[in-house]
Amino acid sequence: MAAVARSIRPSAFRALAQRPLAPSLGAAPAFRFPRGTRSFSQSPLAQVKKYTESHEWIELADGSNIAKIGITKYAANSLGDVVFVELPEADLEVGAGEPVGAVESVKSASDVLSPVAGKVIRGNAVLEDDAKTINASAEGDGWIAEIEVADVAELDALLDEAAYNETLDH
Amino acid sequence: MSSVRLFKKSVDLVAARAAAFNAPRASIGSTVLRRELSSALRAAPRTPATRITVRAVIPQVRNQAARYASSSSEPLAKTQLYDLHQAHGAKMVPFAGYSMPLQYADLSHVESHAWTREKASLFDVSHMVQHQLSGPGALELLMKVSPSSLDKLAPNTSTLSCLLEQGTGGIIDDTVITRRGEDSFYFVTNAGRRAEDLAFLGAEIDAYRSRHGMDSIKWDILEDRALVALQGPLAASALQPLINTSASTASTDLSTLYFGQCRELYITLADGSASPSPLLISRTGYTGEDGFEISIPTSGAADLPEQVVNLLLKDSNTVRLAGLAARDSLRLEAGMCLYGHDISTAQTPPDAALGWVVGRDRRDAATATFNGASVILPQVASPKTLKQRRVGLTVEKGSPAREGAIVVDLADPANPVEVGVVTSGLPSPSLGGINIAMAYVKNGFHKKGTELGVKVRNKVRKATVVGMPWIESKFHRPS
Repeated sequence: MAAVARSIRPSAFRALAQRPLAPSLGAAPAFRFPRGTRSFSQSPLAQVKKYTESHEWIELADGSNIAKIGITKYAANSLGDVVFVELPEADLEVGAGEPVGAVESVKSASDVLSPVAGKVIRGNAVLEDDAKTINASAEGDGWIAEIEVADVAELDALLDEAAYNETLDH
Repeated sequence: MSSVRLFKKSVDLVAARAAAFNAPRASIGSTVLRRELSSALRAAPRTPATRITVRAVIPQVRNQAARYASSSSEPLAKTQLYDLHQAHGAKMVPFAGYSMPLQYADLSHVESHAWTREKASLFDVSHMVQHQLSGPGALELLMKVSPSSLDKLAPNTSTLSCLLEQGTGGIIDDTVITRRGEDSFYFVTNAGRRAEDLAFLGAEIDAYRSRHGMDSIKWDILEDRALVALQGPLAASALQPLINTSASTASTDLSTLYFGQCRELYITLADGSASPSPLLISRTGYTGEDGFEISIPTSGAADLPEQVVNLLLKDSNTVRLAGLAARDSLRLEAGMCLYGHDISTAQTPPDAALGWVVGRDRRDAATATFNGASVILPQVASPKTLKQRRVGLTVEKGSPAREGAIVVDLADPANPVEVGVVTSGLPSPSLGGINIAMAYVKNGFHKKGTELGVKVRNKVRKATVVGMPWIESKFHRPS
């Protein structure tokens, strides 16, 4: 319960996120791709991207233990118009399967669970002002959190794209 | 956490007795402990309080598991328009024992909501239960089970009412009752309350017949009729051209059919012929917009509902299909109650701020004969005696307060005191996403402008008591 409570304290995070492009925020893109296109802002190289049965994705920046987490396109389509995203605050320690944010549409609210253990670097400030970015680009600009992964080997146990797609109703 | 659970339990006891839903929602009684995105996507049951995960997923019958425990593998019922929904790319969800459209492929939930407010939307509400009650005892029976002044109702006019439990005056269901003739009534009840309503009405009618004879009341469930709701500012202009002027005997001018009135009218089919039977067209609805509910007979023409709907959908710039998702957000903005969420057998009409359904001339204790009058009339006379009030809340920007969220008094911010619970809530599409909610709060905290808090995921958000509706109703009334 403590972990849940800690993850759900967005006000402190907001103060952080609203700082204009602090250097510590890393490679924030100077421009943005048009909505609906895939953003490859962090690394142009092939990356490790894995999925969970609860419709999150996690993508490791090449050769590092830094990963972005978001919800899948399928999840975004199914949830419908996203109206609010609750982002995690920096330095939050999360375990695998613990909430790292929440996505609210008009009709429902869903927790976003971290696929692996790690420490939050930042939430995606873009979503503070424009939650619909998740609908436009769930697996690109609409990422939810960037985390420092505790053990990258943990990703091995997650679903690859083909295995994830098999879990979807077609 | 424990207090939350206790509170939820008390709320759910009510819900367990009252399983009705116009709009989908999920079960709190679910045994599944973890339902995150995956379950939200499947419109799955609400989670228990152990882990705060998926909150208000829209549709689903809350205690479906209980009601259909022995028949969970039974296929869901389909309305007459099921194939049409499929053809329009509907996302179908289980609702009150039916497979019903949540939304359609052409519009998102928010788009469909806006479409209804700006143009016109067509909702299939054939899952709702249509009743015909007639005979010399019909009026007396209905005036026992409801507090409305039905004897003052003119033919072909209707009123929103409640079916009341004997003794307690608890709301068994909300309903719209239409007087069709001196001794003849048509009324519509919620699909999610079908079993409870039929048992209740059956017992009341049996008791009446045992005193007045079998022929005193004739009661039919109109299984052979579909029901669609056409709602929105363009509803009348979309429907008017379909009305067949030569076959219809009543006035075919819809501009003189006002809110709460109905007419039997024929429509002109695609081949130019008149429909084989008339449609019962009522100027009413549950979105706050002008519009109609259209009861369509299928006897002798099984595909008449589909024909009518296709005619209404002919101009895709005017009328689009809409599902349960939009229906729920539209009715909440209009301040309208959803049975099983905002009202239940635990509330009398005055408890639910519906005291106005009690007819003005039915408030004399000496002559009041309706169920629960001895409980309800003192409440109407002295609202101060009510323990709790149904109110509207607007909640500060951020996560919406949804059903089950605890309302707290923030007089001492360090020590918030629980004073109520949210029964419906979402970010209002018409108000640009402002969080709105219906809630029950303790008497004394119900006045407009009262500042309260609502707990959303363990964080207290500021809320203010406001008047309802949030969106003014635009009913067509005589000017």
